[in-house]
Amino acid sequence: MTAARTVAVVFRREFTGYFASPVAYVFLIVFLALAGAMTFFFGSFFQRNQADLDSFFVFHPWVYLFLMPAIAMRLWAEERKTGTVELLFTLPIATWHAVMGKFLAAWLFAGIALALTFPIWITVATLGAPDHGPILAGYIGSFLMAGGYLAIGSCLSATTKNQVIAFVLAAIVCFVFSMAGAEVVLGPIRELLPAGSVELVSSFSFLNHFAEMRKGVIDLRNLLYFLSVIGVFLFATVLVLDLKKGA
Amino acid sequence: MIEVQSLTKHFGPIRAVDDVSFSVAKGEVLGFLGPNGAGKSTTMKMITGFLAPTSGTAVVCGHDIRHDAIAAKTRIGYLPEGAPLYADMTARGFLNFIGASRGLSGAGRAQAVDRVVDMAQLSAVLDQPIETLSKGFTRRVGLAQALLHDPDVLILDEPTDGLDPNQKHHVRQVIDEMAPDKAIVISTHILEEVHAVCSRAMIIAQGRLLADGTPAELEALAHRHNTVTLRTRALPPSAERAGLARLDGVLKVEEDGETDMPSFRVIPRDGAAVLPAVSAYVTEHRWEVDEMRLEQGRLDDVFREITTGEITTGGAAAGGDAGREAAR
Repeated sequence: MTAARTVAVVFRREFTGYFASPVAYVFLIVFLALAGAMTFFFGSFFQRNQADLDSFFVFHPWVYLFLMPAIAMRLWAEERKTGTVELLFTLPIATWHAVMGKFLAAWLFAGIALALTFPIWITVATLGAPDHGPILAGYIGSFLMAGGYLAIGSCLSATTKNQVIAFVLAAIVCFVFSMAGAEVVLGPIRELLPAGSVELVSSFSFLNHFAEMRKGVIDLRNLLYFLSVIGVFLFATVLVLDLKKGA
Repeated sequence: MIEVQSLTKHFGPIRAVDDVSFSVAKGEVLGFLGPNGAGKSTTMKMITGFLAPTSGTAVVCGHDIRHDAIAAKTRIGYLPEGAPLYADMTARGFLNFIGASRGLSGAGRAQAVDRVVDMAQLSAVLDQPIETLSKGFTRRVGLAQALLHDPDVLILDEPTDGLDPNQKHHVRQVIDEMAPDKAIVISTHILEEVHAVCSRAMIIAQGRLLADGTPAELEALAHRHNTVTLRTRALPPSAERAGLARLDGVLKVEEDGETDMPSFRVIPRDGAAVLPAVSAYVTEHRWEVDEMRLEQGRLDDVFREITTGEITTGGAAAGGDAGREAAR
């Protein structure tokens, strides 16, 4: 069987798995409520009197910080807890096919949640004449950023069979990546590591890369950045899973 | 079809599986016996490619599980211990998923699903979520999943655990029917099962292979194998009793000193068949025998004696010959 087909088989099972339980609907409602509440209460969507969605996108990293680990925590921890990982890995499916299939299912699910925020785009388009370019760029950036958080969550979910631990670890690592450009992370780095590393670490910041995208700049570097984060953490997921197999 | 070569697995300082080698040919049903924690499941997990061995390897249908895992896995049907399944799926959805992941699609997959549903008698529950099924049905869905692609090699970790006697009987029947064209390994700690389905049995404990042979050969390892017990109406003269112990092949005679119902246990040396000699002896001396019984040695005894180290065998010998040279 081709790689694409096995990935698709895992993807399909995983994706329909989200909707087999109420978890998916709870998640979608929480996500929409949170995204909306942030935009209108903290983002002062109306008071700003601006026909853009910046006050909507600016909170996405913070919403994702908790909600993406919540999607990702079950990816591997649950399989390990219930023992189905043994079933999955004794099927003729390569580790990375399973990792890809599961990640893509989680990503598409997050994408659906994001897409369901479309009324806010309609709202802003009805009330004013927004520049649709930055809005589209914001959506693309937000989707890529969600993928980054999910890949981190996937990797940490593979390290444990406890979903709560997977969630907490993922939230911490996601926080570090979000805040990589801020003093809270850079302070300790400056103390502990050589000078050049500050630059390097701050260039890892989700916030900075996303900020550029929601301003409407779709720079290849930003795209590459998020795609590399996804690639690196999915690769790490494969490594963790293979390591567990040998342990 | 299965070649296990010096398979070893360490978990930290613990040797879960220690240099186990054996092979299973087509048509054989190998029963894996051992106390809990003996390394049965770990061995199976390595053969099926779920765990990587510390050293050694397993070759399934010519494919080395370490280097050619995907090809080996396509030839194996595996029921993991406890039959873990995706509980949120329906039995049908689950079997379709397994079929798809094994490269089956369309009519071929529908046919394969129908076949195993029939074999495992699942039609009544096909559209129920697996989490709502009874333990017996869950186990059978697990079995159906393992049989779906009609594999050459079948590895079943405690396939009848948690089933009621009828269901056990049914599963054994299914295994029996498939046995001629497959190599099957089952683990169990139900010893009657070994008699019911296995053509060969292996006992492992503490990760080591301790005995290997047909169920009858293993029984021959029991201390009491071929012991003749007889009960006489009156106590025979002591000279005659001493003569019994001097018969060919007799190791010793244990007397039970009750005077009104004296009984003797004639223990043979190395399980030799002493019944004819004993029988001729008592007839010749006109003992009034109320009861004469031949003990076959039971698998339970062998299992207990071997796994607690009371008897040791010639080690991991293929076939039962070395086993019979049991050192006491």
